[in-house]
Amino acid sequence: MRNTTTIRQADTLSASSSFGARCARDFRKNYALYLLVLPVIVFYIVVHYVPMYGAIIAFKSYSPGKGILKSAWCGLEHFKSFFGSVYFGRTLTNTLRISLVSILFGFTSPIILALLINELRSKLYSRVVQTITYLPHFISLVVICGMLSDFLEPDGIITTVCTWFGMDRQNLLRVPGYFTTIYVASDVWQGVGWGSIIYLAALAGIDPTLYEAARMDGANRWKQIWAVDIPCILPTIITLLILRMGSVMSVGYEKIILLYNSLTMEKADVISSFVYRKGLLESNYGYSTAVGLFNSFVNMVLVVAANTISKKTNETSLW
Amino acid sequence: MKIKVSWQQRCFDVFNVLFMLLLMVITLYPMIHVLMASFSDGEELLAHTGVLLWPKGFSLEGYTRALGNSAIVSGYKSTLFILVVGCLVNMALTIAGAYFLSRKDVMWKKPISMFIMFTMFFSGGLIPQYLTIKGIGLMDSLWAVIVVGAISTYNMIIMRTGFDSIPESLHESAVIDGAGHLTILARIMVPLAMPTIAVILLYYGVAHWNAWFNASIYLRSPNKYPLQLVLRGILLVNDTTAMTQGMGDSETWAAGETIKYAVIIIATVPILCIYPFLQKYFVKGVMIGAVKG
Repeated sequence: MRNTTTIRQADTLSASSSFGARCARDFRKNYALYLLVLPVIVFYIVVHYVPMYGAIIAFKSYSPGKGILKSAWCGLEHFKSFFGSVYFGRTLTNTLRISLVSILFGFTSPIILALLINELRSKLYSRVVQTITYLPHFISLVVICGMLSDFLEPDGIITTVCTWFGMDRQNLLRVPGYFTTIYVASDVWQGVGWGSIIYLAALAGIDPTLYEAARMDGANRWKQIWAVDIPCILPTIITLLILRMGSVMSVGYEKIILLYNSLTMEKADVISSFVYRKGLLESNYGYSTAVGLFNSFVNMVLVVAANTISKKTNETSLW
Repeated sequence: MKIKVSWQQRCFDVFNVLFMLLLMVITLYPMIHVLMASFSDGEELLAHTGVLLWPKGFSLEGYTRALGNSAIVSGYKSTLFILVVGCLVNMALTIAGAYFLSRKDVMWKKPISMFIMFTMFFSGGLIPQYLTIKGIGLMDSLWAVIVVGAISTYNMIIMRTGFDSIPESLHESAVIDGAGHLTILARIMVPLAMPTIAVILLYYGVAHWNAWFNASIYLRSPNKYPLQLVLRGILLVNDTTAMTQGMGDSETWAAGETIKYAVIIIATVPILCIYPFLQKYFVKGVMIGAVKG
């Protein structure tokens, strides 16, 4: 007891002493801690901050021989050529379309699934449903896309099922108009169970007396869902939706570049896959970095805006 | 008290149970299809379209060809290396960073944590990162993949939440007993935070097992490719030539089909085998992440 008091006093003392003295005292006390965090800081510098500095090549005509520093400046030329090109409108529309359709279906389906699982009367059955629906989350993207490309071939299983409903036998991955559907549907297939975990937890935390009160007032199960379940998980829904809206501009390139081909490019090419193709496949470093920087910047604005809104509405945010 | 169940509610229950059944079928069927196709005979499989609930003519040729293939074997080796070394690096750095972030009376904590968090909102982008890794001479090395993925800030936040939940009094009493930060971390924090450590170890492990993108941009020699990258070649670029050597054209085509399914099974089975036993840890991770997310 006395010891902690002494520490407290020492702290108050240190607060009044000079900056240098406080630094020295802090370092004497916590040197091991700074030693621990040093490799972590080195990691962030090398893997995150050096590239952030390297992003200045967006304003340079980069040539690998001269390196980042010695390449000549070219101002906003890369940005101008991107905004002036046909790719700007195309990749932006594709990004927004794929992202918004993903949110529409990918965001609502876990909520519905959680509400339905919550209504199951058998605990065992609901455990089985959960275990099985979580499973696809762990399958790798490469395998998912490999299965998709196989199932969507003219004699693939999904195409076959589609022919029962009167569609033509064709390779569905080569039809531009189906790309968004394929992308979003497979996303939902893979993520619906995993996404429901958080809502199930929120539903499990609802006070049982609320249900009793609702039953007393004559509410049946359907009305209980609307009057008890949904209002109770609404804060979770709103928080997650706001945060999801913050990432509306960042459609992952990994799945896109595994699935698209020259035929579906016009509907499938998003900003991040365009950056990947221009930069790494065509070695157009400066231009590609400029496009990436534009995307990063818009992303940051959206994420910060989303967080600020989230903080205002229900005091939850990323920081 | 007996609650009278109306017919609408019974209807709803029946519908719900059936709908969940349908959902499970939709979830499991693709995997069953792949499993059955992998044991099928190539020729018969090619002739077959539609639902597959049983192997079409039993054959293990897909597996023997896939496992006899040097690319798959070297892919497994690379993946295991990245998995083991990568997870060690991940855990060391993540625990160190999270412990730092969970301490309360540290002068530089705020600036350093802002320095770390900022990377969650802004990044220099793919190309500058690629040029940096190239600049420090890690091209075509498995270390490039390990270094780039050394810390996931999200996992570090989960870890910090784990440390935060350990009562501060334990830390204080250890300080009074004369323990330094390293002793406290090793003897008190790590043992008490074991459940959270298990969660993030699993997250890192699964991520390493499933990763392919960084390997595809940083690795040049095919013999260093991890399993997922080898798989991409076989499944999406349709490159089964190495495994169908010494076969005729139509035979090649047929064998290629079963090989594809066999490699999917070979690459996915390890994860699906451990999953049921570790499910609760994974689920727990979502909960811890949600507190801060």
